[in-house]
Amino acid sequence: MFSNILIYFVVIPLLMLAGIALCRNIRQIRAVAVVGSVALIALSVYLLVEYLGLRAAGETAPMLYTGSWQWFGPLNINLAVGVDGISIAMLLLSSIIVFAGSFASWTIAQPKEFFLWLILLSTGVFGFFISIDLFTMFMFYEVALIPMYLLIGVWGSGNKNYSAMKLTLMLMGGSAFLMLGLIGIYYHSAPEGGTLTWNILEIAENASIDRGWQYFLFPMTFVGFGVLGAMFPFHTWSPDGHASAPTAVSMLHAGVLMKLGGYGCFRVAIFLMPEAANELAWIFLILTGISVVYGAFSACVQTDLKYINAYSSVSHCGLVLFAILMLNTTAMTGAIMQMLSHGLMTALFFALIGMIYGRTHTRDIRQMGGLMRIMPYLAVCYVIAGMASLGLPGLSGFVAEMTIFVGSFEQGMTDYLAGAGSLRLVFTIIACCSIVITAVYILRVVGKLLFGPVQDKHHLELTDATWWERLSTATLIICVAGIGCFPNFFNNLINFTFSPEIFKVLGLN
Amino acid sequence: MDITIPLLILAIPLFMFIFLGLLGGKMTHKLAGTLGTLGMGVTLVLAYMTAFTYFFSGSADFITEAGDRLQYLVFNHTWLAFTKSLVIKLGFILDPISAMMLVVITTISFMVHLYSLGYMRDHHGVYERGFQRFYAFLSLFSFSMLGLVVATNIFQMYIFWELVGASSYLLIGFYYTKPSAVSASKKAFIVTRFADLGFLIGILILSYYTGTFDFTQLTSVPVEGLNDVYRVSTETADSIRNIFQNSAAPVFLGGSVLTWALVLIFMGGMGKSAMLPLHIWLPDAMEGPTPVSALIHAATMVVAGVYLVARLFPLYLMEECALEIITVVGALTAFYAAMVACTQIDIKRVLAFSTISQIAFMMVSLGVARPEIHEGLGYMASMFHLFTHAMFKALLFLGAGALIHAIGSNDYTAMHGLRKYMPVTHWTFLIGCLAIAGIIPFSGFFSKDEILSACAGYDWLAYAWMSMVAGLTAFYMFRLYYLIFWWKEHKIPEGHHAPHDQPWTMSLPLIILAAVSCVAGFIPFGKLVSWNGEPYDFMAHFDWSVAGVSLTVAVLAILLATVMYRKENSLPEKFRQAVPALWRWCFHRFYWDELYMFITHKIIFNGVCRPIAWFDRHIIDGTMDSFAAITNKASELIRPLQSGQIQYYVWVYLIGALLLGVITALCLI
Repeated sequence: MFSNILIYFVVIPLLMLAGIALCRNIRQIRAVAVVGSVALIALSVYLLVEYLGLRAAGETAPMLYTGSWQWFGPLNINLAVGVDGISIAMLLLSSIIVFAGSFASWTIAQPKEFFLWLILLSTGVFGFFISIDLFTMFMFYEVALIPMYLLIGVWGSGNKNYSAMKLTLMLMGGSAFLMLGLIGIYYHSAPEGGTLTWNILEIAENASIDRGWQYFLFPMTFVGFGVLGAMFPFHTWSPDGHASAPTAVSMLHAGVLMKLGGYGCFRVAIFLMPEAANELAWIFLILTGISVVYGAFSACVQTDLKYINAYSSVSHCGLVLFAILMLNTTAMTGAIMQMLSHGLMTALFFALIGMIYGRTHTRDIRQMGGLMRIMPYLAVCYVIAGMASLGLPGLSGFVAEMTIFVGSFEQGMTDYLAGAGSLRLVFTIIACCSIVITAVYILRVVGKLLFGPVQDKHHLELTDATWWERLSTATLIICVAGIGCFPNFFNNLINFTFSPEIFKVLGLN
Repeated sequence: MDITIPLLILAIPLFMFIFLGLLGGKMTHKLAGTLGTLGMGVTLVLAYMTAFTYFFSGSADFITEAGDRLQYLVFNHTWLAFTKSLVIKLGFILDPISAMMLVVITTISFMVHLYSLGYMRDHHGVYERGFQRFYAFLSLFSFSMLGLVVATNIFQMYIFWELVGASSYLLIGFYYTKPSAVSASKKAFIVTRFADLGFLIGILILSYYTGTFDFTQLTSVPVEGLNDVYRVSTETADSIRNIFQNSAAPVFLGGSVLTWALVLIFMGGMGKSAMLPLHIWLPDAMEGPTPVSALIHAATMVVAGVYLVARLFPLYLMEECALEIITVVGALTAFYAAMVACTQIDIKRVLAFSTISQIAFMMVSLGVARPEIHEGLGYMASMFHLFTHAMFKALLFLGAGALIHAIGSNDYTAMHGLRKYMPVTHWTFLIGCLAIAGIIPFSGFFSKDEILSACAGYDWLAYAWMSMVAGLTAFYMFRLYYLIFWWKEHKIPEGHHAPHDQPWTMSLPLIILAAVSCVAGFIPFGKLVSWNGEPYDFMAHFDWSVAGVSLTVAVLAILLATVMYRKENSLPEKFRQAVPALWRWCFHRFYWDELYMFITHKIIFNGVCRPIAWFDRHIIDGTMDSFAAITNKASELIRPLQSGQIQYYVWVYLIGALLLGVITALCLI
């Protein structure tokens, strides 16, 4: 078991948990958090290099490093692991954000408990991304969700009890759908008379779920994961939740946890039930298409920095689900790139908002102004994050959005010319409009918050970023720029999974 | 051709941006400025070398034996591969227009770098705050603009198109504590972003049908026997048109899909080049430092739209309709902007509207260019005017900058009579005015005259219309000139020293640009640039009747301006009172800004965003909350059942038992 490298993505966080439990002061906790997250980054980079090496050597299995250990025999539940380029990208993203998040919570109150819950949450996240067994996947999913309640309820701000409750209940509601869907998949996982299985690869191989059931199970799983992916109209936990959450939790939540939704939609709903996905896509295309512009329009009038970002996340994550539903190689690659890009830049945004809030004690943009002069480092980072968000070439947002638009447009035109309706085409053009609306709300905030005259005389005494804040933000900025400058690397990494041999859905069209 | 030099042309400005951006704060102002200027100087030399090699080396990669100029891909690397054929590449194309643009951009950029060493200081020699940042942004802009003009494919162009937009945003908002500068920068970005949406959709349509982004595959054919060498031709465009016609693509709102793609791409150009009705950002962009206005908003970035159309010209030739749209938009814009320029009082706004008007000239010129009319004179004229305009407009802006620097105000009612105090500025500005007015032998005469010839060959109405605009140009420029340099000078308040000419770093660029404006007209431009690369002798198409008419119009307009504005008199006031409504509409720029304000604020912000936000909080979220409330209410309702009182439980038990007994009894009966 321990010869499989993937297991260490769960082992390291567990060791960190044990380490933190033994720590006596904040210095030791910081040390454990930093060492652990560096180890995780190192591990994911190592995995990436190894993986690329194997692929270059001609390895064509859909998932590598697969392994399976029995957990509960009677129901055939296993701890089954395996990764492809997409999971590796997600692991890399998660480890970077855990690293940046640790630095962003350098001076948190009650550090021991905070870090315990935070690391538990990341254990769930890592476990989710390496699992290919639906049951363990779901278990890790829940492990990632529950600590959120305490993290927001205890360390949050504002109307935190309400927000924590709302977020948890809504996501639990999603889980209920999801559970139903997963059990349904399990009971249809084997062709006549075979052993039932939770293993994603086996189910995909058997392609056994009959169409009638797919029409029921696909919406169940898609909505279940879609709630976490902030799909309209199940997104309202996001603004309140983010507004109340402490910095690192917002970073992890928007940066990684919301990606669980998109990843799950793709890995479970679409990968296992391609026929239903193809035929029911239109319902969710409409919903996600609405998310994209709706979130952007809502963000235009918000005055709380975190609300602006939460709505912007609704818009950007809507684009992820939107692109996945295109069932087109290019668009789906774009969706994964958008997950990476959104993860990094939203984490950056929330980190910066936390740092600004920690100084000014307000998140209301009407009460702030001219911060560029007071805290130039943070302000410049904010401008860069904003530019990434509105899709400036050279930063990650641009490549992700363009890949999505090119792929979606291609699919839309193909559908249209084949007489299959103009829904995809129309919604692609609507989604394209979001690039203008995004520019509006980003520049509105930047203009109000960073430029212009200083609003509050007390702000003049504030200081710029400390070294740990600089480290946290610089890491994220380097990653955002890295994706933006060398997109083809990530493109190739992700693309493999969508090759027709593996991803049979595409053959449908 | 060796790729080192072209690579360095792009790499040096990029490096300077990163270097000054990261470390600028750690160095002295002087060092940062000098380094930035030196970097640009090296880029200038390299760009000149490249252009010289391209035009004059006679290598088989660049020119055929018959003298036709070719397109050469210096390098072209995959950056992002969407599918096997749809690939974004980053590359470097050398052809007549890109080589010409390299020269224009590096020249103006270097002049501006040099000029800013003097301009971005106050009278006591103290550098402006953010001086290093200014140079970093200038380098970023130069990099983006150079990347734009050497783009080998339309997506690379889009990438750099966005980057120039962003650097323009940063530079317009350079004085970020000034609210007007902040809102101007925001406006510029959002308006051009809106136009880019059209550009993007146009690219998507075009690439869907043609399966490529590459210019060489859209507009050219490969030259046999040579690698990476192409010849501009309508053959490819023709086959592309066939793709569109043969596919099941329907006619959409009266236009073919190709027309729509080209018009949408042109929309991107309208945004960047400030064509009606997307022009509203350019006058406001004057909030940026004046050297920036000279570089970005007069000479280089704003002509990107013209460059884009020129780049795709063989495709546009296939769609008469798209070219007609370009002509009409250009003609309306040229007239509109010239009218407005006659009434403005801010010196930079006058120049901004004049820029809009002159770019519209280039657009019209492309719109009327046809291979059968004077062998495509319009195309060559447009590029020629782009070149000469870049020089004299940069000159005028830098001159205006010198005035503003000396006076401390943009308002020319605060200037008057400056010719005595600032002779260098005066003479160079006068040369700029003569050039833009089209007086022989200054450069504007030649390029504008060719545009008018092309119009004359196309349609008499276009010719008459554009000649009228040329007259207006001469009029408003000399109005400006007289109001600044003539009239009676203001009294200099006690304790203030008289305005004076600027340091050499500012004068030198003025003098160089003035010299170029004097002689640029004699460049045999047709030999270097033409739509299909064939050398072109424009003297064969030079028409003295057209030239004579335009010269007469210009001279008359200057005379009129002289009568009205040389000395303070009541004529302008009388004129204003004779046509009050017209004057008011011109002065308020035909209320375009107010219209946009109304649409964006009243309709979109209050009519769309706010209701959506309200709907989200009250309807969607309200529903979610009411689920919770219903659950709460339901549990409140059944809670009394679990009151904990034993007597109550007994009661319920007894009643329940009784009821069950009755039901059982009833069933048994």
